[in-house]
Amino acid sequence: MIGDWLDIGPVDQITPGTARTLPVLGGDEIAVFRTQANEFYALINKCPHKQGPLSQGIVHGNVVACPLHNWNISLKTGEALGEDKGCVPTIPLRVDAGRIYLLRSAVVGKRAA
Amino acid sequence: MNAPTTLMEEDRSASVRPHLRERLVVIGNGMAGCRAVEEILARDPNRFDVTIFGAEPRVNYNRIMLSPVLSGEKAFEDIIINGDDWYAENAITLVAGDPVVSIDRATKTVVAKSGRVEPYDRLLIATGSDPFIIPVPGKDLAGVVTFRDLDDVDKMLSAAEKGGSAVVIGGGLLGLEAAHGLSLRGMKVAVVHLMPTLMERQLDEAAGYLLKTELERRGQTIVTGGDTAEIVGRDGHVSAVRLKDGREFAADIVVMAVGIRPGTTLARAAGLEVERGIVVDDHMVTSDPAVMAVGECVQHRGNCYGLVAPLWDMCRALADQACEQPSGYEGSVTSTKLKVSGIDLFSAGDFSGGDGAEDIVMRDASRGLYKRVVVRDNKLVGAVLYGDTADGSWYFDLLRKGEDISDIREALIFGQAFASGGALLDPNAAVAALSDDAEICGCNGVTKGKVVATINGGACSLDAVRSTCKASASCGSCTGLVESLLASTLGGAVQSGPKTMCKCTSFSHDDVRRLILEKDLRAIPQVLQELHWTTPDGCSSCRPALNYYLLCAWPGEYVDDQKSRFVNERMHANIQKDGTYSVVPRMWGGLTNPRELRAIADVVEKYNAPMVKVTGGQRLDIFGIKKEDLPAVWADLNAAGMVSGHAYGKSLRTVKTCVGSEWCRFGTQDSTGLGVKLERMTWGSWMPHKFKIAVSGCPRNCAEATIKDFGVVCVDSGYELHVGGNGGIKVRATDFLCKVITEDEAMELCAAFIQLYREQAHYLERTAPWIERVGLDHIKAGLFDQPDTVKRLAARFRYSQTFCQDDPWAQRVAGEDADLHQHMAQVRPLQLEAAQ
Ligand SMILES: Cc1cc2nc3c(=O)[nH]c(=O)nc-3n(C[C@H](O)[C@H](O)[C@H](O)COP(=O)(O)OP(=O)(O)OC[C@H]3O[C@@H](n4cnc5c(N)ncnc54)[C@H](O)[C@@H]3O)c2cc1C
Ligand code: HEM
Ligand code: SF4
Ligand code: FES
Repeated sequence: MIGDWLDIGPVDQITPGTARTLPVLGGDEIAVFRTQANEFYALINKCPHKQGPLSQGIVHGNVVACPLHNWNISLKTGEALGEDKGCVPTIPLRVDAGRIYLLRSAVVGKRAA
Repeated sequence: MNAPTTLMEEDRSASVRPHLRERLVVIGNGMAGCRAVEEILARDPNRFDVTIFGAEPRVNYNRIMLSPVLSGEKAFEDIIINGDDWYAENAITLVAGDPVVSIDRATKTVVAKSGRVEPYDRLLIATGSDPFIIPVPGKDLAGVVTFRDLDDVDKMLSAAEKGGSAVVIGGGLLGLEAAHGLSLRGMKVAVVHLMPTLMERQLDEAAGYLLKTELERRGQTIVTGGDTAEIVGRDGHVSAVRLKDGREFAADIVVMAVGIRPGTTLARAAGLEVERGIVVDDHMVTSDPAVMAVGECVQHRGNCYGLVAPLWDMCRALADQACEQPSGYEGSVTSTKLKVSGIDLFSAGDFSGGDGAEDIVMRDASRGLYKRVVVRDNKLVGAVLYGDTADGSWYFDLLRKGEDISDIREALIFGQAFASGGALLDPNAAVAALSDDAEICGCNGVTKGKVVATINGGACSLDAVRSTCKASASCGSCTGLVESLLASTLGGAVQSGPKTMCKCTSFSHDDVRRLILEKDLRAIPQVLQELHWTTPDGCSSCRPALNYYLLCAWPGEYVDDQKSRFVNERMHANIQKDGTYSVVPRMWGGLTNPRELRAIADVVEKYNAPMVKVTGGQRLDIFGIKKEDLPAVWADLNAAGMVSGHAYGKSLRTVKTCVGSEWCRFGTQDSTGLGVKLERMTWGSWMPHKFKIAVSGCPRNCAEATIKDFGVVCVDSGYELHVGGNGGIKVRATDFLCKVITEDEAMELCAAFIQLYREQAHYLERTAPWIERVGLDHIKAGLFDQPDTVKRLAARFRYSQTFCQDDPWAQRVAGEDADLHQHMAQVRPLQLEAAQ
């Protein structure tokens, strides 16, 4: 069970309302978000618009505003909200006993893609 | 099945004889263990011979009521659930004060600490959970206690008898209840909480803020974002708690309430399947069919619970299974209430918002109310209530049942009485039906009759009503009512007023700035509450604006909120389209020297910067720096004496100068020298938008001072001052403001003009559109109508500058906010695969 999940560290590494990054060798960098309401999400760190680093955006609710042109991206689905169209891949994440786990196949799988 | 009592008695005395009834051994005399036994007895009193082992030397009591015992609102006798008589009547053997130390599944026996060996046919593990102790130095000192059982309460009470100070580590439910109890017992209490919001798992930022304010009002010291470094001792006993930031709080007792861990030690040692908790199926059976588990120690469908409500359902399913009528447990939705007298607080479900989820927020600052319900797909999915929890159970019921709420949606936030009254009229009609003397605006005491008269008298917009009769001009909670009155009085003729700040509020930028000062608002959550924001934590447009307004209003006091800043200001560098950053060191007035140039050249080579460019503002811009390298780059630049150039900020950018009288044959004054002085005075200041200055030595104006926010053109007889220029999309030449004779006067006016702009412009409004909006006459009046306003504005600017001129790069180099520059980890798939 645990083997399917990749432990990426304790939850308190991320201040509520912010994100941190996780480079993947040979794959796309992942942004791990923690919202004000203490929900955790992981997305590929690339805005569907022009690849802006979403990890650097302002988080409100469970939406991040991209730092480059202010598209609002849903952290839950990776979809652009409002008028904008586009979607960034999300990575299944779970929190267990104060640690964050990402679905290993989704993290490593991105390398092949 | 119906064995007579006497037979049973015989049985117990001679354990060598074969048992007629199955032997059920329960480990844990707590809430779940005893409840499970009750449920089994209710189904079939004669099925099992029951033996219960309890680590605590007492009968079964209601653990959640330890809080009122601590605070003195209840005595231990009041919270006993099952006394000695219950065990006797049901022929249950209670082995209290003798914990089980091992389970042998092969021989089906348990061994207790005393050496007692007890055989079982069925075993039930109900060991609850263990308080988590953070591994800091001093954690083992005398006087460090947890909050789990009656012994802990006794320890706290004996400490409280002597008075003094207590520090509670952990601002969750348990910690706050401990803090409340100790402070009612007369101790001086400080709560140290790691997260920025109290009870962050149950409350959103808004409710957490209200709770914190109320606890502080009651005299507790609440430290959020406090990371404990050490528990300091004296002669083996605690004396203080020290935080990582150096703060220290005296402590005669330290209560550690940072969380719990399922009590799985026995199960793990016995080889049962254990993850976070003891893994059970829907019938509470573990990986061994003869062993069941229930309560906080279990993990069911991936969830572990820390509240009592799930136990009741678990125990029901367990008893059904044990008595061969399996039903199954499907997991629980939980809700939380804080048991601190006088504070009403309720939370349930999911309130993370987002996607397809709609937040309905109601705030009433005068009554200290905050209510938020979250609706998704026409179902209630979460609720947070502060100040009035009367409807908590109604919301919780709607939530658990997943009922379609579309019929009552509009009234949902007003609670059950309102929503089920079938009152769901058209809101305009409802307001129209109010009598003329009904009060619309409580803050300013304005009745409906007065508002309608104002509207009929020509006030056709919300803003006009606000300025004419003051209705809705203070807290804004009646804005909806006034809008309804406008609609019903004027029909379609309502004019929209000035634009509101964003979709989260009905107030304009000017209103918000005014109210921050009038109502003495000092933090973002406070603004959101007092001004009745309709969203729980604002949006990416109002948060940065509020952060700036508060920073401007309360220099030196307001603590900047990093997460409300756009990326460039958070990273102190400019983000580029590939996600790297550009770095622009400050060159005062555009001057530089060999040492600086060498340092820049070295940085470019050392960090492989692909490009260096001379900017329009007379600076050098180093491109392509990765966020991880920023602190190192800054350290190198700092070492050569350079500080942040703020090329990334809504702040003073550059002061551009020409060579002036020192070199140029046309020069009239020392334009370079003045430029350097102006830059030294203004750097580091936060503004509504970016701000550029230039100084030209003569009207040939080589520094292009007349397309800057503040431009100085030197002439033989003094200095001409120009404002509001812009070279961007819409080029605008400056307006001439005035002419002054001395450098000092030029400096003073520059400071005054900047402060006027800082205090009056809207966030993200450059000086050019600001002046177009308010008119040059307004600016001149603001500066010159009173003889001393220039002096006063300049003084306010200089005062606020005393807090801003710390180089932010140097702070980062020294380690501040290191997280922002570091990845949290790195994934190297090849190694991972090798490890598998
Ligand atoms: C101060 C306080 C306030 C709370 N307030 C609330 C509240 O307001 N609302 C709410 O829903 N929940 C509240 N809770 C949580 C609630 O009390 C627990 O969810 C509940 O008690 C869990 O029941 P349990 O039987 O699983 O564990 P417990 O009640 O802890 O029972 C476990 C028992 O097993 C014993 N034990 C452990 N190991 C052994 C062993 N090896 N041998 C023998 N015995 C052993 C322990 O001594 C303990 O008595 C509160 C808890 C505390 C401490
Ligand atoms: C009326 C016509 C102008 C005259 C006679 C004039 C003359 C001069 C002189 C003598 C210098 C000093 C050169 C030196 O010895 O280093 C200078 C500098 C400069 N001029 Fe002009 N100038 C004129 C207009 C302009 C205009 C319109 C611009 C740009 C919009 C401009 C841009 C510059 C710049 C950028 C410098 C270098 C300033 C510095 O960094 O010190 N000039 N000019
Ligand atoms: S503005 Fe005047 S003083 Fe300055 S460089 Fe140009 S000509 Fe010389
Ligand atoms: S790259 Fe994200 S909004 Fe343009």
